[in-house]
Amino acid sequence: MDILLFGAFPYVAVVVFIIGTIWRYQTGFKYSSLSSQFLETKKLFLASVPFHIGILVILTGHLVGFLFPSLFTRIGGSGIVTFETVSLVFGISAIVGLLFLMIRRFTNDRIKAVTTKMDVFIEFVLLVQFGLGIYIATSLGWGSQWYASVMVPYLRSIWMLNPDISAISAMPIAVQLHVVGASLFIFLIPFSRFVHFLVAPFHYISRPYQVVRWYWDRKEIRDTSTPWTVTRPKNI
Amino acid sequence: MDIRSQMSMVFHLDKCIGCHTCTVACKNIWTDREGSEYMWWNNVETKPGTGYPTKWEDQDIYKGGWEQNGSGSISLKGAGKRKGLLNIFHNPNLPVIGDYYEPFAYKYLDLIESPEQDVQPVARPVSVITGKPIDIKMGPNWDDDLSGTPDFARKDPNLENLSAAEQEAMFQLEKMAFFYLPRICNHCLNPACVASCPSGAIYKRGEDGVVLIDQSVCRGWRMCVTACPYKKTYYNWSTGKSEKCVLCFPRIEVGEAPACMHSCVGRIRYLGVMLYDADKIESIASSDDDNLIQDQIDIYLDPHDPKVIEAARANGIADSTIAAAQNSPVYKFVKEWKIALPLHAEFRTLPNLFYVPPMLPVMAMVGEQKEDTPELHAVAKNWDDKWLYDTSLDGIFGTIDNMRLPLKYMANLFGAGNEALVADKLKKLMAIRIYRRHTTVGDISAQKSAAALKEVSLTEDEAEAIYKMTSLPKFNERFVIPAAHREQALEMLEATEEVKGNTGFGFTEKPVRGL
Repeated sequence: MDILLFGAFPYVAVVVFIIGTIWRYQTGFKYSSLSSQFLETKKLFLASVPFHIGILVILTGHLVGFLFPSLFTRIGGSGIVTFETVSLVFGISAIVGLLFLMIRRFTNDRIKAVTTKMDVFIEFVLLVQFGLGIYIATSLGWGSQWYASVMVPYLRSIWMLNPDISAISAMPIAVQLHVVGASLFIFLIPFSRFVHFLVAPFHYISRPYQVVRWYWDRKEIRDTSTPWTVTRPKNI
Repeated sequence: MDIRSQMSMVFHLDKCIGCHTCTVACKNIWTDREGSEYMWWNNVETKPGTGYPTKWEDQDIYKGGWEQNGSGSISLKGAGKRKGLLNIFHNPNLPVIGDYYEPFAYKYLDLIESPEQDVQPVARPVSVITGKPIDIKMGPNWDDDLSGTPDFARKDPNLENLSAAEQEAMFQLEKMAFFYLPRICNHCLNPACVASCPSGAIYKRGEDGVVLIDQSVCRGWRMCVTACPYKKTYYNWSTGKSEKCVLCFPRIEVGEAPACMHSCVGRIRYLGVMLYDADKIESIASSDDDNLIQDQIDIYLDPHDPKVIEAARANGIADSTIAAAQNSPVYKFVKEWKIALPLHAEFRTLPNLFYVPPMLPVMAMVGEQKEDTPELHAVAKNWDDKWLYDTSLDGIFGTIDNMRLPLKYMANLFGAGNEALVADKLKKLMAIRIYRRHTTVGDISAQKSAAALKEVSLTEDEAEAIYKMTSLPKFNERFVIPAAHREQALEMLEATEEVKGNTGFGFTEKPVRGL
């Protein structure tokens, strides 16, 4: 069972994620934030902002720990308490935001009209995942330290295609469920509104404000010296 | 010089009868899908009035358009790279459904399927979004013809800098006037929606300047809805994508008029090509308020100028397009005759929809009420003694300053606050009326007609041409649309009927919501 959950499921999740997101992209039409702010805006502010900031900071923390575990192990002393307290604040921010989002989704008629089963499912998956994370952070001390020294080697073994599940098998059930939840999250991305973070608009920063698209290359289209019966002077 | 061609429009407001045929034509073709019921890419507003969405012109509320920043250039008021990305989780300046209206239908089936009972069955209104019964409190055209009402006309944002006395004068029952303002997307030269789109989904077509939203790239960040000061981009709550007027591009590509223009009963709409210099867009959009409109009109180039023609050809503009620009009714109205103005130029998007400001009612001078005037005659209203209307032809230009809709109000709409600019256009329109009165009725002397034309620097030929283009234009004169050269662009070769009810042209996917 452990092999299945910790050795095989992460790979299944990643493969499904890659193939699924490409399959869903096809035309790009199915990628959207599916925002419901247009239908209800006030409650969304209290829900969406803490949720997004919380989840982004926490996910970034997990990623940094995975890539540079020495950063975490080097903190040491009272810095660990500060670090973990700050992290916990963001974790709580995420779960409070999520709870507000769920309340909003289940109480507002307009939002109900644009709610799919998958929306509800992923909200419960996230709720369990966030709850486990906060439980682990509060009840099992020094999480940042043993994450760097125990969990990261396991995650890296997965990454290196040589899964070593001995460490994770010995972990408390909450941690094990949190790991399974992470795989499930990756698995669900192509089937849910999660895809919108893959198309986050970072390219906007470097883009000129105005966008003009041409059907054909206007500098060559009327140039008789370059007939384009074979290759048309097309942009794109 | 970077010459490009732009599809531009003129709406002649004196001819608009407010029938909403344009609106219905557009609705039937483009926005009869789930999620787009509330969208009216074309709508007709009563002015003075709050419009759709409510008070859209008030950018203190909606933060649309561009504003001058300290450094001599312009930046988006409510969106842009910094504001847009910071507000991506929640856009504080997004208009919500309540600002438009909740789309509704009626349960007509209840009328038929109701069991036998003592009272008549009723078709209750239901929300199209939730399917539940609602009380209808708002509609897309709720303030139609409601000039003077405290909830609508008196909340018109354009009344802002009118004194209380001036406003009061506008809304006295006997003096009350209104006109219709049909609006579609302006397909701006400096579009705020394009600039605000984080995904880069909105673009201006190089060949004809139509502004479109690529449905496969749009991710529903909704910044365009905030940024467009005319509120002509709409968020489809069902597909999670934004949509806007496409200027019926499948029609104009084959040289047909857009549906709203084709169906226009009053024949108020003109569509034609304008050639402009794209290098100047940024500097002109940053001009001072006083010069903004004149600078924008200067960006359009003379299509008869050999140098312009040469540069246009070098830039790949087809001869058919150049010929269309030479015959463009829009060029005539805006550049030759100078009687059309953009709406709210102060938003700095350089809109390509120009309006001939309305004269209505022509005989607008309201005389002072005499002390001894008896009660108003129910029908005649004392026409003769200058109590209400000045039907004499003396000092007829004087009536422009005393229009029942104050010049200041008109200037807020069409002159970016510049009253002289709007007065100039109205004087021309009045001079043409005097000239035509002289030629057809003959009760105005030739000297008076000539003096009127001279004062506004129009020749008789020009006056005749304006009259003909205003009153008697044939279909082909109102719409001079060069067909796109489809042989040069495979993307345009798609059977239009196959994509009805789909997400748009270019791909034929059903517009279903993502998971």
